[in-house]
Amino acid sequence: MGLHNFFHKKKSSDIARDRLKILLISDRVNCSPEMMEMIKNDIAKVISKYMKIDDKSMEVQITKKGTSKKGMKSPFLYVNIPIIDLNSYFYKG
Amino acid sequence: MCEVIVVTSGKGGVGKTTTCANVGTGLAKMGKKVLLIDTDIGLRNLDVVMGLENRIVYNLVDVVEGKCRSKQAMIKDKRNPTLYLLPSAQTRDKSAIRPEQMSKLINQLKPQFDFIILDCPAGIEQGFKNAIAGADRALVVTTPEVSAIRDADRIIGLLEANNFEKIDLIINRLRFDLVKRGDMMSSADVVDILSIPLIGIVPDDENVVISTNQGEPLVGNGSIAGTAYQNICGRVSGEEVPFIEFEKGISFWTKVSGIFKKN
Repeated sequence: MGLHNFFHKKKSSDIARDRLKILLISDRVNCSPEMMEMIKNDIAKVISKYMKIDDKSMEVQITKKGTSKKGMKSPFLYVNIPIIDLNSYFYKG
Repeated sequence: MCEVIVVTSGKGGVGKTTTCANVGTGLAKMGKKVLLIDTDIGLRNLDVVMGLENRIVYNLVDVVEGKCRSKQAMIKDKRNPTLYLLPSAQTRDKSAIRPEQMSKLINQLKPQFDFIILDCPAGIEQGFKNAIAGADRALVVTTPEVSAIRDADRIIGLLEANNFEKIDLIINRLRFDLVKRGDMMSSADVVDILSIPLIGIVPDDENVVISTNQGEPLVGNGSIAGTAYQNICGRVSGEEVPFIEFEKGISFWTKVSGIFKKN
């Protein structure tokens, strides 16, 4: 059963963690997952003007990891955009 | 120097009152002068958990309204001479006191104690605002469940908005067998999600139920939860206490399953 679980079934603790991570993003900034998706698409659109990016696997997240001057945690917009081709666009002008 | 600590969680039933009773008792056993204040007006419970329900004459609202002196309302603990309880009122509601009155009272009491611990009611309304008004430090209690963590995150946000600089996390009722099986989030998962410093892990322990039945906090009685609370008290008072490594056994399996997942 153990091996079966490894390969086929996602553990319920992982499901809980993943659900929470998504849920807390919208809780923290009072912004819905749809809005996050719109932000993501807009960022992808702008960056695509300058370089070829992998917009399928880019991530947009709001975390609390950032620290402000006071030492308090402030929300932090984290965007991870994998670049496929950096040079071609520059040469094309 | 008196430290005023609020114990809060957002969600009800995660163990705020039990944590208050045990951390308070534990600190008193370390020789500190401790005052526990139950701020849950209308639903007081800290008195029964402490086993002091028969000694109540005056309560928090009486003190705030000036019907008695604070000394008259404070109940001395049965076993620990340096531990006092200021019980809440049972027949009033949260609107009976205002946050300014609460911080004024706490400022008056501060010189007499090393620690003042406030038991916060569930929710984020008036009762919560009263409880955090006079505090300068918070202990956020959560269980490794989606609902409790979500509420804890909200509470942490509110505490940060109220300029709390020291917010620590207590993970209560952790079941290592479930964590091992992958059916409960581990303490590392919870800390990662909430991203505040961890000050204690309290395993799920039937002795908590037994001690609540008897009205005697279990801190330091040798039970697994009692030891966990004792360690929390050490850390609260600034000592470096290593975490009991309940989870050591699973780290190997987590690694193995991690490898499988990557493939």
